[in-house]
Amino acid sequence: MEPVTVMAARAEREAAGRPVADKRMTAEDAAALIRDGDHVAIGGTLYSRTPMALVFALLRQRRRHLTVSRPLACYEIELFLATGALDRIVTSWVGIGLPWGLAPVFRHYVERGEARYDEWSHLAMGLRYKAGAMGVPFLPSLTMLGSDLAGALGLQTVDCPYTGEQLAAVPALNPDVALIHAHRADMFGNVQVDGYRHMDADMAKAARTVIVSAERIVSPEEIAASPAQTMLPHFAVDAVVAAPYGSYPHECYGLYGPDFGHFTAYAAATKEQGPAGALRYVEENVDGHTGFAGFIAAAGPERLAALAADAGELMGR
Amino acid sequence: MSDVTAEELMAVTASRLLADHKVVFAGVGMPLLASAVARHRQAPHLTIVLEGGIIGTTLLPGKLPISTNEMRAAYGAQMLTDITDIFLYAQRGFFDYGFLGAAQVDMYGNINTSVIGSMERPRVRLPGSGGANDIISLCNEVLIVTQHEPRRFVERVDFITSPGYLSGGDSRARAGLVGGRLGAVVTDLALLDFEPGSRRMRLRGLQAGVTVGQVREQTGFDLLVGDDIEELVPPSAQELAIYRELRDGPATAEPAADAGDLADRVPAGPA
Repeated sequence: MEPVTVMAARAEREAAGRPVADKRMTAEDAAALIRDGDHVAIGGTLYSRTPMALVFALLRQRRRHLTVSRPLACYEIELFLATGALDRIVTSWVGIGLPWGLAPVFRHYVERGEARYDEWSHLAMGLRYKAGAMGVPFLPSLTMLGSDLAGALGLQTVDCPYTGEQLAAVPALNPDVALIHAHRADMFGNVQVDGYRHMDADMAKAARTVIVSAERIVSPEEIAASPAQTMLPHFAVDAVVAAPYGSYPHECYGLYGPDFGHFTAYAAATKEQGPAGALRYVEENVDGHTGFAGFIAAAGPERLAALAADAGELMGR
Repeated sequence: MSDVTAEELMAVTASRLLADHKVVFAGVGMPLLASAVARHRQAPHLTIVLEGGIIGTTLLPGKLPISTNEMRAAYGAQMLTDITDIFLYAQRGFFDYGFLGAAQVDMYGNINTSVIGSMERPRVRLPGSGGANDIISLCNEVLIVTQHEPRRFVERVDFITSPGYLSGGDSRARAGLVGGRLGAVVTDLALLDFEPGSRRMRLRGLQAGVTVGQVREQTGFDLLVGDDIEELVPPSAQELAIYRELRDGPATAEPAADAGDLADRVPAGPA
C-alpha cells in the first residue's frame, strides 16, 4: 500500500494559486503535465464517460512507471501496459465486460509479475477518493472486513472510540493527476456532468492536478443557468480541454452509446496476439493520428450517428 | 419443460425469492434479469438499484445492459447518483437484498473472483471484486444465483474476494461484518441455504426431476441436506414469457441488431 499523503496534498492545494483564468489547452499540452512515476486517476467507470481523448494523449507521450487507478478499469489499462507505461493498477475490477471474457493483456503482465494489481473493493475505491477529497487520512467503513482482499492489501482496522465497534480504516488516496471527461465546461473550469457521476467529483477533489475534457466548451453564463448541474467548481480544475466525442469508443451519458463493435475487434486482436495486439491498436488508433480528432474522424460520421441514435432511444428522443 | 434453459430456470426460481416493496441491489446478468422478472410479476414495487449510481431502473426489453454502469442500465431510473453514494445506502441498511452471481463459491458462501492459485503468483488473474465484496458485506440479506457444477461449488475458495460466513459459526460476525445474512443460493439443480449453527451450505429444495444424488454429484464438498426437501415448481408459461421478452424484446418487434446475440452471452457475475 502506498503511503497516505493527504496532508502533503493539502499543503500543495493551500499553496497553489486559484486564478480565475482561461485554462483551455490542447490534450497534448495537458498530458505534458503528467510526469513519469505519477499516480493517474482515470474518471468514469468501465466503458462509461472514460476521458479517452486525454488517455490517448497520455498514451502518445509514452510515460514510464505510472500507477493508474479507476473505479472499474476497461481496456485502456491494457494499452498502458502494452506500451510499457504502467507499473501498477489500483482498482476493483479489470476487463471490458463479461461477454468479452478475461482480459488477456492484463493477465499477461499481472500473472508474470511484470505489473502489480492492488485489488480493492468498489466501495473502498470510492472511500479512498472520498477521504482524499475530504482531506482526512482514512474513512471508517463496514466493508472489506474478513475478506482476503483486506489481508492482501494490509488493510488496517480501527476501533470506534465511542462504541468500540471494529471498522475497516480505508486509507485516503490523493492521485497526482485526475483525468475527467464531462459534458460541458467553461474556460475557467466550471464543469457540468449529466447522468450518473461515477466517482469523478471525489477523484478530482482528491487529486493534486485536475485535467478535464469536455464535449462542449460553453460560456460562464450557460454554466450559471443550471448551477445544480455543476460537478466541480473552477478552483478545483487546472486544465480544460475541448474534446467532442471525447469518450469514444466508450459511452457519454445521453449523447452517445458505447461502440461494442470496436471493443469486439480489440478483444479478438488481443486474444490472438496478446500484448502485440494491444500495441498495434495504439500504433493504429493513437500514434496513427495527429490528435484525437483524427481518431474520431476515422470512426466516421455514420458510426457516430448510430451511437448517438442508441443514446437517443434510451433518452426517449 | 425440456425447452427451458438452465439460465431461464435459475432466473425464474431466483425471481420468486424477491418480495414486493423491497429494495434489491442487483449485480449484472442473471441477478438483474431475475429482479426484473419479479417486478413484472409478484413484486411490482420492487426497487432495483445498480452500482453505477442507478436507483429504480426498469430496463428496456431487448436492450439489457452488459454493465451496471451504462445507459441501458439507467433506463427508466428514478434517481441517478454516484457509485460511492449507492454503496453508502447499502451500508446504512436501506437495501433488503444484495443479489450476486458467483464464479466460485464455497461451503460457507465465500466467493472468489480474484485469483486461481495464489495472489502473489496467480495461475489465472480474474477481474476482481467489482462491487461484490461490498454487496455481500453491506446488504441486509444476500442471494446468490449460479450454475451448479463441482468446479463452482468448492470446499474452500482459493481466495475470499467476497466474504460469506468465512470459516462458519460466528466467524462472520467476529470479523465485524454486521450486514449480509446469506439467505439463499439458487442453481439450475437446487435451492440451498445455510444451516444456522455451522453456517454450512444446506440443500432445501430440488428443481423438478432432480435428485439429491445428482446435486451431491455436482457439489465439490459434503453438502448438508435439510429435513423437508421441497420440490420447486417449474417456471410457468407466464414467467418464461416475461423473462424472454426482457431478454429478447417484444416478440412482435423487429429484433435489435445486437440485442439477442448479446443477451445470450450475458452470464451471471458481479460488476
